[in-house]
Amino acid sequence: MRDGQVVKGVRFRDHRVVGDILELAGRYRDQGADELVFYDITASPEGRSVDRAWVSRVARVLDIPFCVAGGISSVEDAEQVLNAGAEKISVNSPALHDPQLINQLSERFGSQCVVAGIDSQTTADGYRVYQFTGDPARSRDSQRDTLAWVSEVQQRGAGEIVLNCMASDGTRRGYDIEQLRRVRALCSVPLVASGGAGAPEHFASAFSEAQVDAALAASVFHSGAILIPDLKRALHAQGIEVRL
Amino acid sequence: MSGGVDVAIIDSGGANLASLQFALDRLGARSIVSSDAAVIAAAPRVLLPGVGAAADAMRRLRATGLDRLIPRLHGPLLGICLGMQLLFEHSTEGHTACLGVLPGRVERLTAAPHLPVPHMGWNTLEQIGDDPLLQGIEPASHLYFVHSYAAAVADSTQATVRYGRALAAVVRRDNFRGVQFHPERSAAAGARILRNFLAL
Repeated sequence: MRDGQVVKGVRFRDHRVVGDILELAGRYRDQGADELVFYDITASPEGRSVDRAWVSRVARVLDIPFCVAGGISSVEDAEQVLNAGAEKISVNSPALHDPQLINQLSERFGSQCVVAGIDSQTTADGYRVYQFTGDPARSRDSQRDTLAWVSEVQQRGAGEIVLNCMASDGTRRGYDIEQLRRVRALCSVPLVASGGAGAPEHFASAFSEAQVDAALAASVFHSGAILIPDLKRALHAQGIEVRL
Repeated sequence: MSGGVDVAIIDSGGANLASLQFALDRLGARSIVSSDAAVIAAAPRVLLPGVGAAADAMRRLRATGLDRLIPRLHGPLLGICLGMQLLFEHSTEGHTACLGVLPGRVERLTAAPHLPVPHMGWNTLEQIGDDPLLQGIEPASHLYFVHSYAAAVADSTQATVRYGRALAAVVRRDNFRGVQFHPERSAAAGARILRNFLAL
């Protein structure tokens, strides 16, 4: 999300507009998406919270759960988004700045509402958590180790982790299975794979090899390269449980 | 009738009543959100939603006297998620007494390998009974669950969900019903259950 439109980049850069939010939400609902995640990528770098008006518009048309991410930096921000009809809020940069925010949110709304979004970059020093990833000019290493942060957010009350592997994001070459496996081993809450999906077999690998609970993708769905009903039938045929 | 509404939604203080209201709007039902005992008592049907912690929600119901009113309601009532759990006698979430219209207690799920807690996501029902609320719901129907606490299978259970073991997914005693999943976020199957409830 940027300025009321849906955009998508490659490795968090060069974002281009892919469509109108309500149109896309309705299309993915009809295609059988199990959940939608809306990232307001400009919110945190610009030091503002998400524009809430669209949350309620989306909630009116969606009969599946959806999560809102982007600049939620207080209990009040979260409350507005949840009251507007979102199921979950995802916190990323603000939680890196003030980890106590995760405790506050889970105590107020319950862990099931609180998703920790983790943008993880593969570096010479191992997996590192990045922040302000919505703006290439401001994206930077938060000085946190991904695996340590995965443990910490759970202790603080996060009820779900979306691990976005930045090195594979938008590349369509597959999820970072190795990294997902290492995070899975430390993760007793639902884990969502993100970054790199390009083909149905990539989704299948994330479920069967990394044991993730869900797989998130954007580019391949926005472009029409993969249709959700086809993907679900392919996964079902491989014995992976899906909602058809 | 309370101002011509079809259903009153009890404002138990948790966030996210909007998604339930929008779901009812999509079905053409007229709803009102209230914590006023007179409004709740006059409504033909009552929904008891809940997001958050049991002890918190019970405190709010006690503050408005709804903890005493709800067990005396005669019209159809449907508890959703935490709202279903509040129908039991006790919850270990904050160790609180609940409404007690159903016997039994609600306990925390235990995380295990391949069974993360919360139980979050789409799951199917098993052992589906013939309660009118479940008319048209097939064993293959997926419903959306998000919970860390659950009630054990008991006489009141109308359908179960398997998450490691079987748990109560739909419960009923007399006019009081509860669903552990979120019908308002469960696509066509959830809409069917809400429609069934509106027809009770």
